[in-house]
Amino acid sequence: MKFSEYDPGEFYDELYEGKGQPRPGSTLLLRKFASLPEGELKKRQEAAERVILNMGMTFGIHGGDDGHEQIFPFDIVPRVVVASDWERIESGLRQRMRALNLFIDDVYHDQTILKNGVIPSELIFSGKGFLLPCMGLNPPRGIWCHVAGIDLVRISDGQYYVLEDNTRCPSGVAYVLEARQVMKRTFPELFEAYRVRPVDGYPSQLLETLRSLSDLPDPTVVILTPGIFNSAYYEHSLLAHKMGVELVEANDLAVVDGSVHMRTTKGSQRVDVIYRRINDDYLDPLAFRHDSILGVPGLMEAYKRGRVALANAPGTGVSDDKAIYAYLPKIINYYLAEEPILPNVPTYLCSDRQDRTYVLEHLDQLVVKATNEAGGYGMMIGPHASKQEREDCARRIEADPRNYIAQPTLALSRVPTLVEDHLEGRHVDLRPYVLYGRDVYVLPGGMTRVALRKGSLVVNSSQGGGNKDTWVLS
Amino acid sequence: MLSRVASSIYWLNRYIERAENYARFIEVNVNLTLDLPRGTTEQWEPLVATTGDHESFTSRYGKATKENVTQFLSADVANPNSILSCLLAARENARSVREVISSDMWEQVNRFYLMVRDAVSQGLSSRNLHTFLADVKANSHLFLGITDATMSHGEGWHFARLGRLLERADKTSRILDVKYFMLLPTVTEVGTPFDIIQWSALLKSASALEMYYTRFGRISPDDVTAFLILDSTFPRAIRYCLIKSEDSLHAISGSEHGSYQNQAEKRLGRLRAELDFGDLEDCVTGGLHEFLDQFQAQLNRVGEAISETFFAPRPIHSIITGAETQ
Repeated sequence: MKFSEYDPGEFYDELYEGKGQPRPGSTLLLRKFASLPEGELKKRQEAAERVILNMGMTFGIHGGDDGHEQIFPFDIVPRVVVASDWERIESGLRQRMRALNLFIDDVYHDQTILKNGVIPSELIFSGKGFLLPCMGLNPPRGIWCHVAGIDLVRISDGQYYVLEDNTRCPSGVAYVLEARQVMKRTFPELFEAYRVRPVDGYPSQLLETLRSLSDLPDPTVVILTPGIFNSAYYEHSLLAHKMGVELVEANDLAVVDGSVHMRTTKGSQRVDVIYRRINDDYLDPLAFRHDSILGVPGLMEAYKRGRVALANAPGTGVSDDKAIYAYLPKIINYYLAEEPILPNVPTYLCSDRQDRTYVLEHLDQLVVKATNEAGGYGMMIGPHASKQEREDCARRIEADPRNYIAQPTLALSRVPTLVEDHLEGRHVDLRPYVLYGRDVYVLPGGMTRVALRKGSLVVNSSQGGGNKDTWVLS
Repeated sequence: MLSRVASSIYWLNRYIERAENYARFIEVNVNLTLDLPRGTTEQWEPLVATTGDHESFTSRYGKATKENVTQFLSADVANPNSILSCLLAARENARSVREVISSDMWEQVNRFYLMVRDAVSQGLSSRNLHTFLADVKANSHLFLGITDATMSHGEGWHFARLGRLLERADKTSRILDVKYFMLLPTVTEVGTPFDIIQWSALLKSASALEMYYTRFGRISPDDVTAFLILDSTFPRAIRYCLIKSEDSLHAISGSEHGSYQNQAEKRLGRLRAELDFGDLEDCVTGGLHEFLDQFQAQLNRVGEAISETFFAPRPIHSIITGAETQ
């Protein structure tokens, strides 16, 4: 395989400056690849896939009758982030995490940001993420969102932009931890040569963050999962394992005398902090969706009385709304009196008449997203869509304008990816993870999602995206 | 430990042990047929009879041929106890407690399942059947070794051992029972070389041949029966299984030996005492088959009591906060 022949083309490439020219941080890596005997890279890719299969790292709803499962698609060419780039990302994420939390706390208390006309009130109250029962709640230290996954993209100008804020139950960090393990087994010699910042500290940082929500010297922390049929179950289990805490399902919990207990072989045991991986409207059938079988009756009442702490707090969905995302630069300005370090992607709100007119006239150039969907659902990529799909999209927008935003189609950066026996550029994004306990912590790394199909811009794992290791250099 | 987690660890181990014993069942017969004198017909019916799934087999397969029985016991997903079904169930249980067991244990369950799945999908023939059965046994032993070497010998480990040894006690009793179903050509053949062959095949499938020889030297039906039921040091003997199960039960609840805190301890204690203070006479007087049948029923009641004591989702009772009464 001749690496000198790799052509980044018209896109920003994370490893190459130009044809056959590695970027400063990638020289060593690419030289190593080039020195491998013919076919060796493919062999290592296959070896990595075997490791993933044996680890049982699978994605999505598992287990048909025949037990055929999708192993998580993984590509062994890593993405490299140089230290100076990472510094900027990290400070941008800290800033954003603080602003998001000040905003959520304000929304559920005095709503000064609405009174001062920075954000139109109806935008908040019409969002699915706004939960009336959360008005007036006071989570410990006023922090609502303790775990966030902030999606970043890089485009032709080499600048990182924030694409969306996942502040409800962001997933994917397990793949960051496992991808690193797989890479260490696959290219031990590279880790000796490179100074890649480790990611293994995440579980203990997460545990510290969760423990900080309780005043007790040794609080009982648990992870609440919807169960083995949830597509992120693998992650819930892995985090519980690495933190040494119980992984519980709703049936294991009950509210007794106002506090939460779990059923054990020796009777019941009180629970102090719950890292919930269930959406807030399913948490408690008494407070939210009455049909939820995943929730714990009475949990909200216990939470309101401060008898149990929840991470993330119910109600954080208000900032997970793509229409609110459009206001994030203003939100940062309003609460912190700072300019955003990481810019937003220009966004058109279909609820705004002027924006809507523009969107409907330029559907062939824009990406349209539903404001409250995750996982790449409800997305329409104009330039790749058929006339019929665009017309359907226009109809949906007109029927429910509040539910849609649009953004220009971005020329996402690319990373070389192994195709058969050679490298081709594939589009990527990056999801770093941010924790907020006593202080804001940013994991030095993140999930680099890659659109494995040639030319595709959809990186979501639920839509056939894959994964790469992300090397933050020190 | 969460009740649900304890239950999953217990069942994970029961299923792995069950898969191993089904491999042993089939092996008894494979061993036998290789040694049969010319002109005798192979007997596959007893095998199905002893598993207790006779009805389901007959309704779906009809005739008990080697192919049918092998398929039913190893590869049939409609048979909840087949080797493949056991591995599917074991894996689901393991998956739901991944955070509690060691990752080595999870990987072994996963590899074991993949091995069975692949072998079954390629089809089991006489040629590869022996290898498959040996692989099932080896994988089960590997899982056991990994469990012992990588899991803290605390509550979870005791639930694991409890599940495994109760399952094993039941299955050893059924392996012994196979003999009852094996109809000898004529009564006069009892004690003949052919009879001896059958008893040796039995010992072999319980991996007991060498240990038995060390103790008794020659094959006699009485000694074989006594060894598999009453020996307290051979790990596949029924009494051994009960002794260690009881140890685990007491380790879990923290109660003293010779006392009981719950129905599970009471029932298991009585059953073990029966064997402790019993001899071969007690086992065979009313007929060996009848004895084993009754034993299996009592063992089931132990299992039910364990489930009610530790696993059943009981309502959490209000915690009385000692209010002072004047």
